[in-house]
Amino acid sequence: MTLPLFEAGGDPGPNFAALLRSSGLTPPMPDVAAADTAIAHATTVVAIRCRQGVVMAGDRRATAGHLISHRTIEKVFPADRFSGVAIAGAAGPAMEMVRLFQLQLEHYEKVEGKALSLDGKANQLGMMVRNNLPAAMQGFAVVPLFAGYDRSRETGRLFQYDLTGGRYEDREYAVGGSGSLHAGTVIKLGYRPDADADAMIDLAVSALFRTAEEDSATGGPDLVRGIYPVVAVIGAQGFERVGEADVEARFRGLLASLEAAGGDSA
Amino acid sequence: MTMPFYVAPEQLMKDRADFARKGIARGRALAALSISDGILICAENQSNTLRKVSEIYDRIAFAGVGRYNEFDQLRIAGVRHADLKGYTYSREDVDARSLANQYAQVLGQTFTHEMKPMEVEILVAEVGSEPGGDQMFHVLYDGTVNDESGYTVLGGEADSIAERLGQTYDGGWEVGDAVKACSVALSGQERTLEAGDLEVAILVRETGRRAFQRIEGDELAGLLD
Repeated sequence: MTLPLFEAGGDPGPNFAALLRSSGLTPPMPDVAAADTAIAHATTVVAIRCRQGVVMAGDRRATAGHLISHRTIEKVFPADRFSGVAIAGAAGPAMEMVRLFQLQLEHYEKVEGKALSLDGKANQLGMMVRNNLPAAMQGFAVVPLFAGYDRSRETGRLFQYDLTGGRYEDREYAVGGSGSLHAGTVIKLGYRPDADADAMIDLAVSALFRTAEEDSATGGPDLVRGIYPVVAVIGAQGFERVGEADVEARFRGLLASLEAAGGDSA
Repeated sequence: MTMPFYVAPEQLMKDRADFARKGIARGRALAALSISDGILICAENQSNTLRKVSEIYDRIAFAGVGRYNEFDQLRIAGVRHADLKGYTYSREDVDARSLANQYAQVLGQTFTHEMKPMEVEILVAEVGSEPGGDQMFHVLYDGTVNDESGYTVLGGEADSIAERLGQTYDGGWEVGDAVKACSVALSGQERTLEAGDLEVAILVRETGRRAFQRIEGDELAGLLD
């Protein structure tokens, strides 16, 4: 690998995607349609605003058609120190998009000596989703949620996207993936403005549990194998993943309270 | 028809080297040391925005002296090289040695083939998990690479600064000791350097993924007291 040097006119600046293009490293667009069963799909993710910032959570299941293809994939990632991204849709392209997005933010920060603003990051991700539109039309759709702590406004903010790269900021919560209808309903009923992060983690855990009961593509807590959803809080301290033991304790607490209430609350 | 004057190759190279050295000697110096906490890089730099010391990758830092536009161009090329390599292979495959060799290629090529050699000296440093694993590559204007251990000084009056630093240098230093020693060595006898005159950064040995941290403002002033 040689040192990438450019003439002043053809310099890609702090844009990592443009650098990839000029180095011939961008993947080709798929020219075949994805069969429904062929590729893994990542499912339900949620993001909820709280007093400290934003809580993000995602289940661990990936499905291919009616089959479960992975039990332990992760859908919630740090994008950089003060933001996170959660993905739903075709798992392969989604993971690649997250990797590129993380690199893009870090690359910009290093080249420019200054991190992008939260709006800048949200727009970047929107552009990546929009560039994926031809692939989305072939069945490789990726729909992310983006959340971060805005250090200039000192508040948590969250964004959801549609297939065309449309960027929509939400003031309360956002959901994505196959179980979004059920997860959204649970969160809508339990959401309180300016609530504590701790309460909103419990709400996210409860939403994922309820969704897993109704949506076959959403994985619930796996007490046998010890697999639990990924939960993270993004606040003034940055992106912090909630410990596995903590998430497990919350699920066990939820199960115990349901049992005490007489089992079937559905 | 006019004939170009014959210039002996020895003379040509010497003229170019003198030109580059003069340009570098005009700028302020910087020092890098391997200490117990990591690799500390301390530059004399009044500007708070035009940086001499920067992050390249997780455990790799860059420092340059001489003409700002030339070493900044090299810095950006280094960030691109590292990010592309990490994307193509994996993050752990990005190393300082191969980057230093790339810099040497470009500087050597420019020195012999271009109108004007680059008036820069650069340092590529990579912090190891143990003090013995630290790597510091000092690349000169003509592409000469020196693998340094312990400490190194780049820029104008490098020899006298290195001598002053060498009298006290101890690999077991912590950040505070090292910053004070650098400040004294860079300033010499006649003057003293304040926090505002220094640009300090450290590649922290014990850390998460990104080891590069700047030490500035009140934190730096506190260390210098």
